[in-house]
Amino acid sequence: METTRDVHETVTTVYESESRRVLATLIRLLGDFDTAEEALHDAFRAALEQWPRDGVPKNPRAWLVSAGRFKAIDSMRRLKRFDSLDEASPNAEVAVTDPAAWADEESVEDDRLRLIFTCCHPALASEAQIALTLREVCGLTTEEIARAFLTPAPTLAQRIVRAKSKIRDAKIPYEVPSRGELAARLDAVLRVIYLVFNEGYAASSGASLTRTDLSGEAIRLGRLLVELLPEPEAIGLLALMLLHEARRAARTSPSGELILLEDQDRTVWDRGLIAEGSRLVERALESRQFGPYTIQAAIAGVHAEAPDAEATDWGEIVGLYDVLWRMDPSPVIELNRAVAVAMRAGPAAGLELVERILARGDLKDYRFAHAARAELCRRLGRTADARESFERALSLTKQEPERRFIERRLQELARNC
Amino acid sequence: MKYLCLVYLDKEKWSAVADAECADCGQGLRSRGLLLAAEPLHPVETASTVRVRNGKVSVTDGPFAETKEQLAGFYLIDARDLNDAIQVAAKIPPAREGSIEVRPVRELNP
Repeated sequence: METTRDVHETVTTVYESESRRVLATLIRLLGDFDTAEEALHDAFRAALEQWPRDGVPKNPRAWLVSAGRFKAIDSMRRLKRFDSLDEASPNAEVAVTDPAAWADEESVEDDRLRLIFTCCHPALASEAQIALTLREVCGLTTEEIARAFLTPAPTLAQRIVRAKSKIRDAKIPYEVPSRGELAARLDAVLRVIYLVFNEGYAASSGASLTRTDLSGEAIRLGRLLVELLPEPEAIGLLALMLLHEARRAARTSPSGELILLEDQDRTVWDRGLIAEGSRLVERALESRQFGPYTIQAAIAGVHAEAPDAEATDWGEIVGLYDVLWRMDPSPVIELNRAVAVAMRAGPAAGLELVERILARGDLKDYRFAHAARAELCRRLGRTADARESFERALSLTKQEPERRFIERRLQELARNC
Repeated sequence: MKYLCLVYLDKEKWSAVADAECADCGQGLRSRGLLLAAEPLHPVETASTVRVRNGKVSVTDGPFAETKEQLAGFYLIDARDLNDAIQVAAKIPPAREGSIEVRPVRELNP
């Protein structure tokens, strides 16, 4: 016979594993985010009260969905807003005969997809998409998200309120996009996930733990997306994130200094993540419908396979950048390709490409363009040009570890004069 | 639900879309039962802006604000939801030359 405390622990466990699914379904049934969130809390409160008395139900998720819905409709009735509920949800009149029907595996997975696509709707501001996704899909608190993005909590809270208002007032529908719209809408979701990942990835070991957790959160989201919708680019993005994450331990020294890829201790790379990432890249490439994320992952995969920088198949990397550039002819990709060309054919070849980009006026405020020019000039012994570019890069950098790295390079240049 | 699609075009692009194309678009929407109203407008040089302050009416020449893209017309549509409205807006011919702002219509509070 379970004690009340056992049951409360069960409720906590169920909350951790099911609350996001229950929320996703309640949003569909009740037609509104805030109403669904209240219903979710009411449902779990009811579980804490009733389960010790009646036992833990066989299908906790179905019970919670049913309880949440019931309490929401009940309070709507009391507030005499039943009419608006009718408009909002065509399911409002469905009797409580088969609660399991609302919580069966397939419709729940659909609900989770509906939630992801709605939170990442292009009509919402980009920062709002990120905040809403982390809050509603990942279950992070407003405070956690605010801390992670170094934003004041009230600002973050307002952002989420405004996003929910827009969903309601502009009537952004709670649905998975049709096949025709899917590619474009999926792009928006992948963009959000990758932005979250990069927020966590860019933070160094000196920053707070929460920023590191963002990468973990993004990977969790990526895994969920692949589980629900195994589209090639979703698989490609997950692979890319895993392959980047695999190198985390080697990216910074114990004192928080930046270590370039070519200088990293590859024995501390996470081989498990690399293996998984590489498998996913294969899977995405096989589909022949891959896109930029998959190619970027393939590039990361080539690095991951190489025992050291010299042994890296730079020819293959340049080839992959060619493919990537055809998909997305952006100057940043052109720059990354130039750096790979330098590794394959020597710094002079790479420098010519980098200077061509800067001469066009592209990337003049992009710190990595100047850092790349500086590195290549340094390798060619063009000290004055290297110093000029390092100083430009320094003026553009906002992160401490990068700043220290560039300053060290400048000091080395001064010493070698 | 009603949405107002406001058509904005850069001055030089006003003649980039033929009237006939816009008429076709409107007709198509009308036949699908989506169109509540649609009108093209004369350019902003013909605009007059009216304000009443402290009981005084002031009229000035020109639009309420100088903007690069200028209001060229509108379509008031009935759509199922924002996705639907976006689909309609994307097919409005000036969308490929300028911008279509899609704004949901609300009911007046009693």
